[in-house]
Amino acid sequence: MTATVPAASPLNRLKASGAQQKLLAFASLIVLLIFFSIASENFLQTSNIIAILQATSVNGVLAIAATLVIITGGIDLSVGTLMTFTAVVSGVVLTFWGMALPFGILAAIGMGAFCGLISGTLIARMKIPPFIATLGMMLILKGLSLVISGTKPIYFNDTPSYPELSTGSLVGKLIPALPLPNGVLILFLLALFISWVLNRTVLGRYTFALGSNEEAVRLSGVNTDGWKIAIYALAGGICGIAGLLISSRLNSAQPALGLGYELDAIAAVVIGGTSLAGGRGSILGTIIGALIMSVLLNGLRILSVAQEWQTVVTGLIIIAAVYADMLRRRRAG
Amino acid sequence: MNPVIQMHGIDKRFPGVHALKSVQFDLIAGEVHALMGENGAGKSTLMKILSGIYQPDGGTIRVNGAEVRIAGPRAAQGLGIGIIHQELALMPDLTVAQNIFIGREPKNRFGVLNEGKLNADAAAIFQQMKVAIDPQAEVRTLTIAKQQMVEIAKALSFRSSILIMDEPTAALNDRETDELFAIIRGLRGEGVGVVYISHKMDEIRRISDRVTVMRDGAYVGTVTAADTPIETIINMMVGRDLDQSVVDIPDLSGAEVALRVQGLNRGRVVRDVSFDLKKGEILGFAGLMGAGRTEVARVIFGADKRESGEIEVHGRAAAIRTPQDAVKAGIGYLSEDRKHFGLALGLDVRNNIGLTALDKFSDRAGRVNDSALAKVARDYIESLAIRTPSDKQEVRLLSGGNQQKVVIAKWLLRDCDILIFDEPTRGIDVGAKAEIYRLLVDLAAQGKAIIVISSELPEVLRLSHRIAVMCEGRLTGILPGGPATSQTEIMRLATQRDMASEGALT
Repeated sequence: MTATVPAASPLNRLKASGAQQKLLAFASLIVLLIFFSIASENFLQTSNIIAILQATSVNGVLAIAATLVIITGGIDLSVGTLMTFTAVVSGVVLTFWGMALPFGILAAIGMGAFCGLISGTLIARMKIPPFIATLGMMLILKGLSLVISGTKPIYFNDTPSYPELSTGSLVGKLIPALPLPNGVLILFLLALFISWVLNRTVLGRYTFALGSNEEAVRLSGVNTDGWKIAIYALAGGICGIAGLLISSRLNSAQPALGLGYELDAIAAVVIGGTSLAGGRGSILGTIIGALIMSVLLNGLRILSVAQEWQTVVTGLIIIAAVYADMLRRRRAG
Repeated sequence: MNPVIQMHGIDKRFPGVHALKSVQFDLIAGEVHALMGENGAGKSTLMKILSGIYQPDGGTIRVNGAEVRIAGPRAAQGLGIGIIHQELALMPDLTVAQNIFIGREPKNRFGVLNEGKLNADAAAIFQQMKVAIDPQAEVRTLTIAKQQMVEIAKALSFRSSILIMDEPTAALNDRETDELFAIIRGLRGEGVGVVYISHKMDEIRRISDRVTVMRDGAYVGTVTAADTPIETIINMMVGRDLDQSVVDIPDLSGAEVALRVQGLNRGRVVRDVSFDLKKGEILGFAGLMGAGRTEVARVIFGADKRESGEIEVHGRAAAIRTPQDAVKAGIGYLSEDRKHFGLALGLDVRNNIGLTALDKFSDRAGRVNDSALAKVARDYIESLAIRTPSDKQEVRLLSGGNQQKVVIAKWLLRDCDILIFDEPTRGIDVGAKAEIYRLLVDLAAQGKAIIVISSELPEVLRLSHRIAVMCEGRLTGILPGGPATSQTEIMRLATQRDMASEGALT
């Protein structure tokens, strides 16, 4: 045997890394964009594109949180109601207690991370299956949101700059031709940051490693429980960001909202090519997945397709995406 | 020579099992020390203690003369002890280099990784091992043999002076085994002490310097490999002379041919395989790991697609494309991995036996006649002597031997009269083995046609009326059973490579 190392060609790497699903998702997005632009002249208007992006921001951020957890081989059903809970917490801090905006932001993200920490502890230390642990958290947080808010929306009338968080445009101030809302900017910056974390930091490495073979990681002397808790906490903190975005856009914390968002988030993750079995996935794929969902909903709405049917189409897309992934895997053998 | 490892009086209990009874073991730098014993002898448990996965209940461990407590895998690594587990402990979605340095990634103080250094370090280790593996390849794309090399590289990356290998060749073919041995010899030359756990006698002779034998959780003895006959080691392992009972070969000259296979082909794993199997006959399939025996069985059973070849059952051509077809034709296949393919462990004995024959016990509306099912199940429990408190016992609570009997009952209930047993006694203790053997002989006497695939030559010799030997996908010969055939003769056929095709492949 010689010591010459056979270099994997970039093409092979591409095949191996599951990038094909990402490519497929990206191609589907392009096809959708072309289809709707031809079908309706209103579709490609700047204002409509911005509306699509704005609609993606909340689901996109939640999907980023869900991606982290799913790559570890887990699942987080509580992202939607955690988002609502952090929005309510922000409302309590800003409106009930009358504190300044930065405290509201810190409280929402901090509370999100704390709840994620609890989920992570239930899963890693008490060995409760992620599905059950986060199902419990989902209901607990939904209940607590209603209890704390007195079942009524909390309005941010004392914090006039609150809607700016999501709907203002920092980019628009610098480049007037590009009125990108802050919510979208936050989504993109967060996506870049988490993508970097996943690919370049120890936390990211263990995220993939845990989903790939947790026992092997444990036998390598890594504190798997600790890292798992950290990942759930990070995902929780990201849900806090989503809570800020949605309450800012509605200028109120709606305690009854949130249920169902977790499914949209998981759908975006799956469409983006992240494996529910864990070990593989990417933030870029998830963002594309989230965009596909909003483009589809927006386009169908413009074409005056009834909302009921939009939901049906989303379901079909999820099944098609996963089936395409299965086909690819089977071919790869 | 100073021992690098001295284990003394090691005791370990699990609930209900005294796994290790005051066991001793020592390892010298630069030796390959084989650790042998039957399944359940305690080899893996002892090594898991040495690598910090289990804590001993008693005894002392010295590393380089100093007494140590090995609190966990990390502590073992710190002491220079690396272990390669039987089930490879790799992360298939990560790259080779990422796997090797998991938990010890080169990083700055903010936890940001240095991938360049990671890959370079991995490449350096492979250079040292003289192995060609791309550090950036995803582990899932590598062969099992290459994955094994990654495990070794990982162990070496700790600068391990002690390397434990738990049945490393279980999934390797001959050539891969040779490569592995070359690496082990290289490590030995550099002063690494290697603990080598294996069942394979021929490997022990080839690679090891000393042999320690364990039996039933106890230390039996340590001998030098070069001047100890294999029979002596086997006697140490089983604690008595090998069962000398000779197979009683019935006169089958007038018996009907139950299964005829002609020119079976599937890629490189099954090449032009032809044989006959008569009613009442036990045909043993011998060969080394990867010789294609299981593959032949799977093709006959319809679990894998055949590329060409004919299968005749009771003189009629059988169009077997799926396992359902095979079962309809009366062929049963008892997989070597009972837990995965043979049993629903959480269900009770009754339902496992009836699982694939529920149509016999249900009416048109799909209602199951439980009392009829129970009666049949109890009949099998009695006739096969399945030791279970009742037919309502969950199968996972039975011993390996009794689980195997449940699988047999299941196939008998399907009216299968051609039964293919793949490693029927794997993971079954010595006493239960004899019982399974007796059962197979009885089934043959009742007119069932039986194929037994086994990697244990004594098992093949003891059971088979005829012995088919395979090597590299080809049937290299069919030998008569009984005392006329020796292990040497089987081994000769099992290693009889097809030089022509070998030349064409390399």
